[in-house]
Amino acid sequence: MASYSTNEFKAGLKVMLDNDPCSIIENEFVKPGKGQAFNRVKIRNLKTGRVIERTFKSGDSLEGADVVDVEMQYLYNDGEFRHFMVPDTFEQYQSDEKAVGEASNWLKDQDFCTVTLWNDIPLSVSPANFVELTITSTDPGMRGDTSGGGGKPATLETGAVVRVPLFVQQGEAIKVDTRTGEYVSRVKE
Amino acid sequence: MDEWRPACSPAHLHLRAQILQEIRGFFSERSVLEVETPLLCHGIGTDPQLEFFTADYCLPPLQQTLFLQTSPEFAMKRLLAAGSGSIYQICKAFRNGESGRFHNPEFTLLEWYRVGFKLPQLMDEIDELAGQLFRPHRSLNAPQRFSYQELFLSCTGLNPLVFSYKEFCAYAVENHLPEAAAICRRDHSVWLDFIFSHKVQPHLGNNALCMVYGYPACQSSLARINQYNPRITDRVELFFNGIELGNGYYELADPEEQNRRFNEEIIIRQQRKLPAASKDNYLISALQSGLPECSGMAIGLDRLLMALTDSTAIDEVLSFPMRRA
Repeated sequence: MASYSTNEFKAGLKVMLDNDPCSIIENEFVKPGKGQAFNRVKIRNLKTGRVIERTFKSGDSLEGADVVDVEMQYLYNDGEFRHFMVPDTFEQYQSDEKAVGEASNWLKDQDFCTVTLWNDIPLSVSPANFVELTITSTDPGMRGDTSGGGGKPATLETGAVVRVPLFVQQGEAIKVDTRTGEYVSRVKE
Repeated sequence: MDEWRPACSPAHLHLRAQILQEIRGFFSERSVLEVETPLLCHGIGTDPQLEFFTADYCLPPLQQTLFLQTSPEFAMKRLLAAGSGSIYQICKAFRNGESGRFHNPEFTLLEWYRVGFKLPQLMDEIDELAGQLFRPHRSLNAPQRFSYQELFLSCTGLNPLVFSYKEFCAYAVENHLPEAAAICRRDHSVWLDFIFSHKVQPHLGNNALCMVYGYPACQSSLARINQYNPRITDRVELFFNGIELGNGYYELADPEEQNRRFNEEIIIRQQRKLPAASKDNYLISALQSGLPECSGMAIGLDRLLMALTDSTAIDEVLSFPMRRA
């Protein structure tokens, strides 16, 4: 992998830091008029998701990280691993629960998602921003209540629980924003 | 697409013109002479922290490397030694590799020298000038002045004048800067830059002009060592909202001391494998002939414009920043 100097640190650049793959968020050149030049860098550890700040001497460099985002289709869960496939090549990847993380709340068989690969191994999984999932259980709402105020918890086919308006019923499909975990609308059949 | 257009707004072009006029008025009232000195010279500052641009001068068979000046300081001191009296200049300065939210490799400096002034008088004049420039544009909190040592001590608990590697390292680790030790090693001055940049400077001058004076002797640059305390130097820096706006000295006039500092810096440049700098022998000769007692200040005018307009990036006040130049 190529190495990158502090001058090349741009948002989105993937580099190795402390043996972990990281993504640069922000890079600020700091230099006293008559002093040493530094770069203050905000960086996300792609394994833990944590954001840290780190200072480098200007001109220092970091090894690039072989990290790519690939659009894949979620296939199934075999109990231990979740399996994904690149639609164009039929190439399959398996990922443990740790890499899948919170995405497991939103993954339905056949749905598309983004799998981040580090050295060709899944590092993390991001669901689509909006997913459509069926409600497997929720309390029956009061008839005639269409205000949507208040709401009630509903369990989805993936096991995730979201708050839905009272008029939404068990067995219905709903659209959810995966970034906030919030109900968006009912899905018309 | 639109890259040919200026980066700054028309309002900022007008403000720049207005500020230049106000500065000229300020110095004209005080009978300080406006001068011009060459930007392209045979010598250059040897400061290892300042990278310069070189240019090839061809007048066959003559071929020379000339240096674009990182500041007009040396030429202006030659004028002072020749008896110019107090002088000021508004010019471009060039610093290679400096690019960022607060840096453009080519920038505008206001630099002035006051014959007979010591540091406190210079600081009073900085307050007057800056106050006059800010007043029509924004109201400020009362100006502040701190001694470097007291300020550093109160922000960090560390004495900046006495270097204790162990204490500086422990401070860095406690303050979530574990990388400091690897970057600064055992270099007192780099440690000071690191900790000052991260932990002191961001808090300076909350909507106020803040001057810090009495820098540690290892950061004297071209300032005199303090007459009463050899551990500090008669150097001042100006800050606003955590941003450095300028730097000034009670000017070093001793030619031998100046020559010694040049030579030390040239050796450091060699050790760090930095481009070789030709020391300015004209300056040494001028000092030998006699530099009048004087103090001088340089203010980055682009940064000043940023401060006046609350800009978050230097590009917002430049017509054509480097990437569009």
